[in-house]
Parts: sequence; C-alpha cells; structure tokens
Amino acid sequence: MKGKDHAALADEFNKDEPRVNWHDETLWWVRQKRDKAAHKVPEWEELREMASRIKDNVLSNLSEYLQQFEAAATANGITIHWAADAAEHNAIVLSILRRHEVDKMVKSKSMLTEECHLNEFLLAQGIDVVDTDLGERVVQLAGEPPSHIVLPCIHKKKEEIGEIFHEHLGTPKGNADPQFLTHAARLHLREKFLTRRVALTGVNFAVAETGEFVVCTNEGNADMGAHLADVHIASMGIEKIIPLRKHLGVFLRLLTRSATGQPITTYSSHFKKPRPGQEMHVVFVDNGRSTHLGRTDFRSSLKCIRCAACFNTCPVYRRSGGHSYHTAVAGPIGSILAPNLDREKYADLPFASTLCGSCSNVCPVKIDIHEQLYKWRQVIVQGGTAPFAKKAAMKTMNWVLSNPSVYHGAGKAGRWFMLNAPFTVNNGLNPWYKQRDMPGVPKESFGEWYKKNKK
Amino acid sequence: MRVGLFIPCYVDQFYPQVGIATLELLEKFGCEVVYPPNQTCCGQPMANSGFEHLTKGCNDLFIKNFEEFDYIVSPSGSCVLHIKEHLHGEGVAAHLHGDGGDRSTKGEGHSGGRGTTIPRKIYEFVEFLTDVLKVENLEASFPYRVGIHQSCHGQRGLKLAQMSELMAPGFSKPEKLLKMVKGIQLINLIRGDECCGFGGTFCVAEEAVSVKMGKDRVADHLHNGAEYITGADMSCLMHMEGILHRQKSTVQVRHIAEILNSQL
Repeated sequence: MKGKDHAALADEFNKDEPRVNWHDETLWWVRQKRDKAAHKVPEWEELREMASRIKDNVLSNLSEYLQQFEAAATANGITIHWAADAAEHNAIVLSILRRHEVDKMVKSKSMLTEECHLNEFLLAQGIDVVDTDLGERVVQLAGEPPSHIVLPCIHKKKEEIGEIFHEHLGTPKGNADPQFLTHAARLHLREKFLTRRVALTGVNFAVAETGEFVVCTNEGNADMGAHLADVHIASMGIEKIIPLRKHLGVFLRLLTRSATGQPITTYSSHFKKPRPGQEMHVVFVDNGRSTHLGRTDFRSSLKCIRCAACFNTCPVYRRSGGHSYHTAVAGPIGSILAPNLDREKYADLPFASTLCGSCSNVCPVKIDIHEQLYKWRQVIVQGGTAPFAKKAAMKTMNWVLSNPSVYHGAGKAGRWFMLNAPFTVNNGLNPWYKQRDMPGVPKESFGEWYKKNKK
Repeated sequence: MRVGLFIPCYVDQFYPQVGIATLELLEKFGCEVVYPPNQTCCGQPMANSGFEHLTKGCNDLFIKNFEEFDYIVSPSGSCVLHIKEHLHGEGVAAHLHGDGGDRSTKGEGHSGGRGTTIPRKIYEFVEFLTDVLKVENLEASFPYRVGIHQSCHGQRGLKLAQMSELMAPGFSKPEKLLKMVKGIQLINLIRGDECCGFGGTFCVAEEAVSVKMGKDRVADHLHNGAEYITGADMSCLMHMEGILHRQKSTVQVRHIAEILNSQL
C-alpha cells in the first residue's frame, strides 16, 4: 500500500496524549448518550433484530426493490439515474449542472459523495461546491476530509474552528464561542442557500413502496438547500432502499438513538415529488456494492445505516482518530467496507482492531462487524497482501507450536535468555518493551512443574 | 469426570502459578484432572493475524491431545473462544481460498470443528465452575480491593458477563465467584467493560493505540482504588501488568483462579 498505514497514522495521533484523551472522552460521552437513549426503549433489542431482518430481506431482493422504487418515483415526477461507479455518479451530477448552466451548488451531508470524491471532481470542472452541514463546512474550509460520518469535525477543538472561521469567514481572531461561531456560519450559509440553484442531498432511506426518500439532519440544511433550489439531486447507495414506508418506524427510532442519543433527528424530511417548476433527481450508485453483495461473508455490511455507533464505541477509533483510517467511512464499519473497494490500499484496516466485539453489539442492524474483520484478515493474507516478514514469522510460529519438543525447547531457551540476557528482549527493537515491561520470568514452566509434582 | 487441562502457551511459560491454581481448584471440586504434556497453543495468534490457514498443525495436535476427555478446561476465555469458533479437524481448512471470501466460512468445511467434539466440551475456567460444577461456595479469602477486568473474548464471546452495549439484564459469572471470597472488596469502574488493548499481535502491530488503551484501563482501576486487577484472561492482565510495572505502580494483577484458590 502507498502512504502511511493505520498504525503509523495512529502513532502520530498519539504523540499528543491530552488530545487523545479529549477525543476519547468526547466520543465516549456520545456512546453514553446512546446507551441512555436505548435504555428508554424497552423493545430495543427487538427493534435491532427487526431492522436486521428487514435489511436482510432488502439485500436478498435488492434489484426488485430498486425497480419498484424507480417505477414509483418516476410516476411521482422524479428522474432516476443509475451509476455503476463513482465516475459515472460524478458525471451524472456534472451533466445536470451543465444542462442548467450552473457553476455553483450547495450540498448537505452525503458520505456517498465523499466516497465518490465528488467535491474534488466538480472543483476540477470549475464548479463551486459548498457543504452546508456545519461540521462538513468546517472541514471543507480546513481542506480536510471528515473524520467521522456523523460528526465530521469531531477532531477539531472549538478554538481551532474559531481560527478557521477567522481565516475564511472573517470572524474576530480569538473568538471561539460556539454560539457566536454558529451564528457566523448561519449568515455565511444563508447567502449560499439563497443564491444556489442546485442542491445535492444524501439519502438515509428510500421507500420502494412509495418512491419517496427520507433525509435526516439536525440542522435543516438539507431542507434549506432543497427547498430553495430549482434542482434537487439526491445521491444514494443502492443499499439504502427499504421495502415499506412503515419500516421507517423501525429505522428512524434506531438511527438517531444509535448515532447521538437523540430520540430522532430534528428534521426527518420526506421527499416524494418535485414542487411545481422544480426538478428532482435520484442517482442510484453501485460503486462496488453489487460485487460486495456477492461475497457471502461480507454482504451483511451493506445493511449499515451509517449511524456511527460503532465509531463511538470503538476503543481503537476513539484513540486513533478518523483520519488514521485514510478512507471516507472510517471506524469499524469502514474497515470492513473499504477492502471491498480496494483491497491493497486498505489491507491495514481489518487489522486496526482488537476484535473486542463492542461494535457488533451496538450496531442497530446487527452487522457482525468484528467477525468480518477477522475474515477480512484471512482474505487479505491469502491474497498475498501481508508483508513478507510477518509471513515468515507466522510460519516459524506454526512450526514451533505444532511440534511439542521444539516448543518446550524454545520456551525454555526464551526464558533462559530473559533471565540471563534481558537486553535481548528489553530493547528498542521490541515494540512490547517501548512502553511496557516484560512479564517476570519463572524458574520453571507449568509443564515442568507438572512433570515434577504430578506425574 | 475426566478433565483435560489446557494451559495456554504464554501461561505455561510466564505464569505457571495460574496453571497450578486452576489445577488445584479443579481437584478441590473433585475433578480428575489430566494435563496432556504435548500441548502447545490453540493457534489464535496466527489465526487472528490472518494466518488461520497455517494453523492445521496446531489444530491436529490439539485434537490429538484433548479428544479423549469429558471436558476440556482452560484458564483463558480468549483461547477457549478461539477453539470453539475456529478449531477444525483433519483437512477441513478448505473454506479459505484467498478468493475474496466468495465462499462462506459458515458453509462446508467449517462446522466449528467437524470431526471433533472439542468445541462442544471445552470450557473457560470460570464458566466451568459456575455452569458445569455449579459452584455455590468456596473456601477462599483475599482481603483486598479488587477490580475486575472483563476480557472481551470471555465477556462478549463466551458471554461470561452481560455487555454494556446490550439492553438486557445484568449478570457476571466472574463476579459471582469472586463474591464468594472472604474479605474481598470489589471496586466499581467508570467503564466497566472497555477493551484493554492487548488484542494479540495488535499489541505490537498497533503499539501506540494498544498501550494507550492499556494505560486508560489501568488508570480506571487505580482511580477507583484497586489494589489488584483480576480477570479470566492472563493475556490482558500481562499487558496491564507491563504498564503497571513501567509506571512503578504497586498495584498487581492476579488471574481469577489465583484469587479463588487463595488463603490470605
């Protein structure tokens, strides 16, 4: 793989320990809010089970539901586009902009457009895109990708946001008052909402039965964009479909409680047909999803509703930061999705976990995330993307552990060295020893003790 | 009942006293315990690193050593979970072909131990005491403040205790046993079941995060006044012990078997 891997990037993140503590505690607080909210719903675990089954059904009948949605939405006056990959998606969006002779656009939160690198693409085509989600706007001004799919600028402290706003929006230097900064952002974004003729939104749920789609935001920015624009483009991964409108009663209850601990997002907006004079487009994006669907061990990761509960609970994510995952969707779920897109580039991510299993337990659609991390490790190693040194070490380990006499000799020799020549392990070459002492060395192993005392 | 004692490799080499405590307790409760001398390792370090396909030798050896027993007991939740989930018998490592996982690991060739009954009769030490021997009281005393570390594979994998993520009634098998110990004072933690960051080869491959996680776990125990940290997995305790020693802390780690077998 090119560039630094998760371990190296996490190592950098950990150079500033107070910042790691702050990041960890901030996200742990979100996890606790999730726990409290979930505790208030007596049927929480049943809801998870139901959501999981609905999504299983969706994945097994995906093409039918997509066509059903297409028929219903088309009848409602929505134009449907099918994009096989990121490039097609970006080209479709560009063609709509070109047709309307527009070179400016507002966009609410859409991780799919991050996955497709839409902003960079449009920028290169001379199109100005303004992200209207506050957190996304902050990272956009900072020239960074989001570090979290629900809380895009969670890695930034308010003082840093004050600096960014001072530089880009002309707020007074040193002012880091959240209310003041939010007000400044509101004024800045209001002008964009009023002057942009095209708005792009994401899609949280698309209802096959009715051809409507639901967009969830806390800031109402998707609505501001879509209601004021002549053209509304909604980009969605094909897995976002749900069969019936009543299923929203399951998913909307789970989504925000899992994400932030709120009972529901401030705005859960249903878009069903364009208002008179408006154009509405939905772009279905595959971008590897069909291939993923064919992988029995990994397909259930497509059930994800992007709540980020697995991020917030992940002890590794909280202490390594979203950017260490070097992919649009970070965290545990990102680590099982990304290798589907590029196995070599993301070969490190399934290893960025202790397999503690907390992610699978918080997942509102019950994806067996940690088990898929384990399975991806096998696939990556078998595919030849494991470094050679590790391979050689593993082969040696297997030889030792498969041969009791070799094992007992090696164990004895190892303990002899640790007792008589501790520098052979207590040195800078041993990553265990860098910040941890080695265990004490007993004079005999359990096996040796047993032989003497029990046999 | 004949119990085969499986002592994980690192316990055998570094913590023989844990093996001894486990053995003595099992004998106290009337088990006929045998330690097959040719045992080595469950193969987890390789499998968790993505080399499950190289663990055939380990698997075959494990089956050879333990197939004959009524029960197999081991003082490690992590190793037991690995055997339960990934031990497969002769020539059935066929499910991994480097084909991008296009074949199911749940399908043929991976019945969680085809050709062997071991996954069904292997128990982690704590659950063997609570679920099989149904221990309701024991003669032990340990007059100290003790923090329980819920090792993830034991807790979330073997369900030794309720998990904080789930909205379900609480229980804890290790706590149930520890409460039978005279003089013990169990402390509460701020984060009751967060991972310590050991994670097998993760502890060296992701050294920075692993250590930070360990430091934070240790700090929670120290903050709440623990004199000892205990748990059902020595690997997590070894990792936290390494951090405690480096910090020159007087707080020590003890495997739960040592406390349950202790007369202080």
